[in-house]
Amino acid sequence: MTILLFGITKDIVGSPTLSVPTSSVTGKQIPKTVRELKQFLGNNYPELNKLSSLAVAVNHNYADDDDAINSYDEIALIPPVSGG
Amino acid sequence: MESRYIRQTQLKDFGPEGQQKLAGSKVLVVGLGGLGLPALQYLNAMGVGTLGLMDQDTVELHNLQRQTLYTENDLGRSKLEVTHEKLSAQNSDTQFILHDTFLTKDNALEIIKTYDLVVDATDNFPTRYLINDACVILEKPFVYGALHSFEGHVSVFNYNNGPTYRCLYPNMPSPEEVPNCNENGVLGVIPGIIGTLQALEAVKVLTGIGEVLSGKLLLFDGLTQQSIKIGFKANPENKKIKKLQEQYEPLDCGLVPSIAAEDFQILLDSQQSIIVLDVRTPEEFSDQHLNKSVNTPLDHLESASEHIVGAEEVYVICQSGKRSEQAIRQLDPIYPNKRFYNVLGGMNKMKTLCP
Repeated sequence: MTILLFGITKDIVGSPTLSVPTSSVTGKQIPKTVRELKQFLGNNYPELNKLSSLAVAVNHNYADDDDAINSYDEIALIPPVSGG
Repeated sequence: MESRYIRQTQLKDFGPEGQQKLAGSKVLVVGLGGLGLPALQYLNAMGVGTLGLMDQDTVELHNLQRQTLYTENDLGRSKLEVTHEKLSAQNSDTQFILHDTFLTKDNALEIIKTYDLVVDATDNFPTRYLINDACVILEKPFVYGALHSFEGHVSVFNYNNGPTYRCLYPNMPSPEEVPNCNENGVLGVIPGIIGTLQALEAVKVLTGIGEVLSGKLLLFDGLTQQSIKIGFKANPENKKIKKLQEQYEPLDCGLVPSIAAEDFQILLDSQQSIIVLDVRTPEEFSDQHLNKSVNTPLDHLESASEHIVGAEEVYVICQSGKRSEQAIRQLDPIYPNKRFYNVLGGMNKMKTLCP
């Protein structure tokens, strides 16, 4: 599963995209909802936990924490940005 | 319709009707910076009848990289005055309303209510949330644009009962979690692109052509030239705002008068005598400090009085620029006749200038 990163999330991760393992080969639990994905990412990048408003889009639409995600979904992390 | 606008009135979907609608419209542009200027240049060129200009900053050297309306001759002048002068020369038919202020909770409703549309061209979260809430209360649409490094975001909020800024981002980020806009940086051309897209959306809202970017967030990545649109829905709760918040603090960049570290360094290098308060702890101060600075720790600010008694201008510095901002908020009401400037980026930034 590939995640597109925007704003500060790009800086936190240090790359414009991020791959999340979708096979259980790694033995780790695979995120199945937006909430689980946020937790998964937050464990790997604790700085992400500090963001009070972090929009997650699944297939080009804003998603709620309980929405399901699949390996073929296109996911984007979109924090607010403030520059002008 | 006069020939001035013939290139757009000849468009079938725009026509003289579109032109007439623009001429009868009143648009407020909040912020005369990287986003506001390109938006204004096009709105003014295209014939929007009344344009409200709002800013209280002066033109600084580090603005010129992206704020292309300004020239070296404008350095130190008020942005409001320079912009007014240049836009008047560009289109003498436009009515300009000058707001020599920043948007605050005390003036926002009064000012915005007289306009049809607001262009949010600010550079900080508190003002963005204030614009959102005021526009929801007054039922005005606003065109949002924001930047981060090589990236830009655009949307139209509160349009035809559509979603608002809070539907996308319910809570205002704290200053700690998203970097200060002045520290973060932006490639000069990006605000030109995003501000121009804001002008396009404004014209669509005012004339009813095309599909307004309502309920959609446009994400533009300058490094890949990729644009994607994210759909989002209105949360009815966010439309129920009846009054502004008591406070939109903690305010971040822009609202406390500030000086860029680069410009401050120039001032230090000059022979001018200046007052510099360093509001860090005595330990931090003894570790390293600027020659011209005196230590007045944030929790003992009363010690500042003896140093600033004869000064008109006082520069305040800390490690990163946040405590100094807090200090100015405390000092400003006590010394209304003095001008306090926050050194942006603080000692961290100064060290990069003269290691």
